Amino acid sequence: MEQSVSYTLDSTLETVDHAEEKATRIATDLGFGEDEVMQISMAVREGAVNAVLHGNAYSPDKKVILSFEHTPEDLVITIRDQGKGIDLAQIPNPLAPENLLKTSGRGIFLMRSFMDVVEIRPSHTGTELKLIKHVHGQSVGGKEGSQ
Amino acid sequence: MSMKLNTRQVDGVTIVDCSGRITLGEGSVMMRDTVRDLLSKGNKKIILNLGEVNYIDSSGIGELVSAFTTTKNQGGELKLLHLTKKVHDLLQITKLYTVFDVKDDEAAAVKGFK
Repeated sequence: MEQSVSYTLDSTLETVDHAEEKATRIATDLGFGEDEVMQISMAVREGAVNAVLHGNAYSPDKKVILSFEHTPEDLVITIRDQGKGIDLAQIPNPLAPENLLKTSGRGIFLMRSFMDVVEIRPSHTGTELKLIKHVHGQSVGGKEGSQ
Repeated sequence: MSMKLNTRQVDGVTIVDCSGRITLGEGSVMMRDTVRDLLSKGNKKIILNLGEVNYIDSSGIGELVSAFTTTKNQGGELKLLHLTKKVHDLLQITKLYTVFDVKDDEAAAVKGFK
């Protein structure tokens, strides 16, 4: 993988699968372990779902920008949508007893469970989600560099 | 791999063998339609065998919750069987593991219905 790579994607369900596949491939190529690859790919999938469904609301006029950047310390994934932004104060705690049996509302919680840093920056012109996974053990630089 | 569902009857209990991915879109819709169809036909003792489910996302988790509550609200009972480690771990971190009736043995799960 290059130091950074970016994709502009349609607001479709296929984008969610593509985002997950790209995350899986990139995390694998960068030498993350199997469990971490699953965590990264699932966090990206959840982020892409939020961008496509809740952000862009499947609008054919709006795009999802997915980018991956890696440094020796981190894999940084950014997902931007072009929706109206979200009110973070309105996101319920899915672990609260009154919310346990709700059928939705666990995406951000799962992202926070799986990634080291989750930053959400809503605005009126879209939401930017940043997911960071720290490199543990060997430095991230691709399979070729690992021993 | 997309999701596949196969339904069979054992001693008055409907076992739904699930394989593949329960995710937003086709997988979640198939799960929802199957459970609703079973309930509409009076099959209210249901086991979801998740032994071959290798991936589930938050939408899939929501669908399991929906299946559980829909069945319960109609006077039925729904159990989960043979959780893979990934699904088990997800239900643990979302605190749903103790909400569902989770079984490891099919025969015992069938006998356990009221």
